[in-house]
Amino acid sequence: MTSLGKPIAHESACDHVTGSALYTDDLAGRFPGLLHAHPVTAPHAHARVVALDPSAALAEPGVVRVLGPADVPGENQIGPARPDEPLFPSEVMFHGQAVAWVLAESEESARRGAAAVRVDYQPLPATLDLEAAIAAEQFLTDPLRLQRGDAAAGLERAPHRLTGELFVGGQEHFYLETQSAIAHLDEQGRVFVHSSTQHPSETQEIVARVLGLRKHDVTVQCLRMGGAFGGKEVQANAWAAVAALGARLTGRPTRVRLSRAHDTTLTGKRHPVLGRFEVGFDAQGTLLALRMQLFADGGWCLDLSEPIVYRALFHSDNAYRIRDVELVGRVVRTHKTSMTAFRGFGGPQGMIMIEEIVDRVARTLGIEPHQVRERNFYREGDCTPYGQVVRDPDRMPRIWGELTASCDYFERRRQIAEHNSRAPHAKRGLAITPVKFGISFTTAFFNQGGALVLVYADGSVQVNHGGTEMGQGLHTKMLQVAAHTLGVPMAAVRMMPTQTDKVPNTSATAASSGADLNGAALKVACETLRARLAEVAAPELGAAPDELVFDEGRVFARSRPERALTFSHVAHQAHFQRVPLLATGYYRTPGIQFDKVTGTGKPFHYFAYGAAATEVEVDGFTGMYSVRRVDILHDVGDSLSPLVDRGQIEGGFVQGLGWLTLEELVWNADGRLATENASTYKLPGLGECPPIFNVALLGRASEPDVVYGSKAVGEPPFMLAISAREALRDAVAAFGAGAAGVVELASPATPEAVFWAVERVRRSGSKA
Amino acid sequence: MAIRFTLNDAPVEVADFDPNTTLLAFLRGRGMTGTKEGCAEGECGACAVALVERDARGNTRYQPVNACLLLLGSCAGREIVSIEGIAQGGELHPVQRAMIDRAGSQCGYCTPGFVVSLFAEYYRPGRTEVDPEAIAGNLCRCTGYRPIREVAEGLGQPGDDDPFRRRLALAPPTLEPVQHRSGAGRFLRPGTLQGALTLLAEEPGAVIVAGGTDVVVEVNQRHRRHRSLLSLENVAELAVFEQSADRIRIGAALSLTQIEQHLAGTVPLLAQLFPLFSSRLIRNRATLGGNLMTASPIGDSPPALLALDAEVELASPSGTRTLPLSDFFTGYRQTARKPDEILAAISIPLPLPNVQRFYKVSKRVLDDISTVAAGYSLRVDGAGKISAARLAYGGVAPTPARARDAEAFMVGQVWSHELVKHTLPILARAFSPIGDHRGSADYRSTLIVRLLEKLWADTSGGAA
Repeated sequence: MTSLGKPIAHESACDHVTGSALYTDDLAGRFPGLLHAHPVTAPHAHARVVALDPSAALAEPGVVRVLGPADVPGENQIGPARPDEPLFPSEVMFHGQAVAWVLAESEESARRGAAAVRVDYQPLPATLDLEAAIAAEQFLTDPLRLQRGDAAAGLERAPHRLTGELFVGGQEHFYLETQSAIAHLDEQGRVFVHSSTQHPSETQEIVARVLGLRKHDVTVQCLRMGGAFGGKEVQANAWAAVAALGARLTGRPTRVRLSRAHDTTLTGKRHPVLGRFEVGFDAQGTLLALRMQLFADGGWCLDLSEPIVYRALFHSDNAYRIRDVELVGRVVRTHKTSMTAFRGFGGPQGMIMIEEIVDRVARTLGIEPHQVRERNFYREGDCTPYGQVVRDPDRMPRIWGELTASCDYFERRRQIAEHNSRAPHAKRGLAITPVKFGISFTTAFFNQGGALVLVYADGSVQVNHGGTEMGQGLHTKMLQVAAHTLGVPMAAVRMMPTQTDKVPNTSATAASSGADLNGAALKVACETLRARLAEVAAPELGAAPDELVFDEGRVFARSRPERALTFSHVAHQAHFQRVPLLATGYYRTPGIQFDKVTGTGKPFHYFAYGAAATEVEVDGFTGMYSVRRVDILHDVGDSLSPLVDRGQIEGGFVQGLGWLTLEELVWNADGRLATENASTYKLPGLGECPPIFNVALLGRASEPDVVYGSKAVGEPPFMLAISAREALRDAVAAFGAGAAGVVELASPATPEAVFWAVERVRRSGSKA
Repeated sequence: MAIRFTLNDAPVEVADFDPNTTLLAFLRGRGMTGTKEGCAEGECGACAVALVERDARGNTRYQPVNACLLLLGSCAGREIVSIEGIAQGGELHPVQRAMIDRAGSQCGYCTPGFVVSLFAEYYRPGRTEVDPEAIAGNLCRCTGYRPIREVAEGLGQPGDDDPFRRRLALAPPTLEPVQHRSGAGRFLRPGTLQGALTLLAEEPGAVIVAGGTDVVVEVNQRHRRHRSLLSLENVAELAVFEQSADRIRIGAALSLTQIEQHLAGTVPLLAQLFPLFSSRLIRNRATLGGNLMTASPIGDSPPALLALDAEVELASPSGTRTLPLSDFFTGYRQTARKPDEILAAISIPLPLPNVQRFYKVSKRVLDDISTVAAGYSLRVDGAGKISAARLAYGGVAPTPARARDAEAFMVGQVWSHELVKHTLPILARAFSPIGDHRGSADYRSTLIVRLLEKLWADTSGGAA
């Protein structure tokens, strides 16, 4: 039987566990004469580069060349959306920015060389604080707006109103494999770049732009990435460009690999966001009107901030209907690294705001938060604030009902209340939160995918598609789709490394869309080939082509399964009959559009749904806490690959847990990132993995118009972790005297943040 | 002098090397790229390799360590297994098989490190159940750990013909002294204390290194380059563990894992400390001597050892002197050690105090650096009266320090909630902590008193 939909291991699992899986920097030993690059970094958050003198660096043993703006044959510009990112800046815009690069025979020489480059800076005033930048009106775009009804009037009419604000911190991607690229001149003297990039076509474009070449002169390959999470969507380009420039100018292969500290100081992060909101509601907690401003710290340049803030606005409703809505998003410019894509792409920042609001509404009214959540779910016929019909709105209540039952939510609420009444110093909390996440790139033209499939005359198959593998299991799913569609065993199909000379003009592997777009394209290509092969096999089997079944390497007529040809035989015959055994496949998502002027449209092909219930315990003396149990029910449609999907759900949850609890970015007063490495920036470790971690995939959830009924899964589960934040708040509230009222909790909810929240609750409780 | 070691059963000889070179750099430079660099400071474990060593009970075992913090010179004479050596004859190892079957890898970059940690745990002598910390020194950004934890929990037992198990039936390699001197620098590894003191006298600028888990972090992160490194890892006198009627004496170069095994939970303060002390991969190399010599105000062991009234022995060519640990820390990252001295041993007086507690407040529960740590001990007599009190803290002052006024106040009084309440104002005046990225000054100040309240709550059996 076919492997599609079966729980199979990652296609590279065997190479992972033996250490033979190669990542970009592992190739270094294959390039004799390799040069190593090291950045010259600026010790100011904002400064003019007055002079740059490389002579001392060139005198260092082993230093071969110092790259600066004068060395760029093309454009000194790598901005993907707007030309605001010089590769070699004359004005330093964040602390640690690279102003030049040193190429040397060894890493050590390059580092010494970089330290010897003399740069004179004229320091300029820097804006580091988000609120100061807002006050100074330093914005990178015009206001982004979504509006429905009349929020002012709705607020006016509402029986209850509350206002508030929440700042949510950013997040470092901390992919285990830091950014890396190796470039060399190929056998034709053209540029070939190995890059750890989610977007090889854009890396190709930027390299060509910097070198002043046409795209066909540049080939980019991504073998695989050691994690990316959005951090290599546009921010892999700079290193590829530096490596390519080095290779082009010296004729020698050139390697860039960022150290961990360079990676965290040079690359962008999830946007920190300040939300200011005013909500109107009734006595039952029904949300009536919402006015909210989201201020995203975009860092120094635009990057992907505009679509990211749009996605934050698109998810400011999460799963809830709100009649009158006015949402405004601002991208704020500060002198920090450029904030960029990170799993969820702004969606989490929008969603956490509405969950914060719902909780405040519930506590203001003294109603259980889960009741307020449930009461406000979208219903049949509802539209989002941007006018998209919410299809399958019944999914959310179905998930809610199944999950509260399977995790014994109400009984555990009762037990926790009982525990808390007996334990003065250790309170438990339990919360359930929903996720509704829109799938598609909100920039319509990105929603296309391509594939190239080659069948050889011996029946073996090579598959190429535009997606990249970063651990999310895309290649595994694509092998399953290809093998199933062609009707051959998985072992007959070889997945080729992602390379720009196979499928051109690809989109980034991002927005959870990798399997949807590339899978659909691949399916088309495989169907084309299968149809041709059916024509070849039909006469020999004495059946009509459309009667033929292709199954695990056997081809037979449905009515006579005992008489079968091998796939290899049919491929061989096809070659002799001069039937083409290569095919392309192409897919574009239908019906996607969004009008920025009116703030309406259908930016998403569909929504992915899920919910999580999390239980925590908080120590009142220290604010330290532990996650005791997590239950998740998530909608992946008809899963293409259940083990892969479960991995995405669990991994996404824990990564979201990190964002909301441990992971804290701290910049010093001079703009230097104080949490620049693994000892100062703490991602979840084994100790944060919930001891009880139940994950189930929603049944009866086939998604029409998506490859084999599946759904995207990369990003949506990240936001299930909001349940952990709400559980912490629930536990914090239990330290109070039981009086209703808003419980403020900073984000990330570090032990210190939880500690102060407990202190506040205790103080207000003692007053009451 | 060249160094030689065994890597995946094959002999390796290195004629010349910079003493600051790590095993990780060496492996990757030889094209053995299965061992990964994720952080270069011993936090992520992607570079784990296993050393064949003797454990505290005398058994040969595979000891997983971070290759990014293991100096190449330290490898001399050792037997090392890297990820490339785990699958034998084209057959996957059972831990590799289990990682595949349970979907323990996603991007795969951290996977070799996890496999090495699991491999070492698989062969841990006397394993009946999994060491919950066996993989706590490995970070994974993709999976959320659940599948890998299940691999660890589901480890079977190696068969009789398992080649690695057969290897463990034999003794580990004996380490020889090393005196590597080249143009790039010197790596010196004496076998005796006398030898170490002599070398130190000959090379007064030599930097002393034991497990390397601090010195090599500085090499990797701050690019310190040492001309001369003096390794104490093979000095027999520094690897002792002795228990007599009036003291426990711990060699300064004994690894924390070995100390943990020797003590087997008999000193509650340390038993509470160890699981919170960095990670297994670090503790397999890190030493108490090193932790004290770095004299960091946020070191993990000082508050515990201060609470235990530990003493340190400093050896020099002119003899050995002993001083209380509380006199050892003289300033921020400074100690009373003289240039010709080597920290030889740490002694804990017996009998132990009857109330002991170690607290560490940090963001992450395992493998984190403390915001505030506290080591508490009380000697409480049959009438409930306190005859001695030690309230020791880390993260609240330039050095690890005791709150002596509060201690003095408590002596002679009955251990009670009332006493705690009366002590708090005194304790609150003891230190003026600073704020940084690990915690604000206010938080630290408040924790100083809250942790004493927690001590009461945790040791009073719920009495108010």
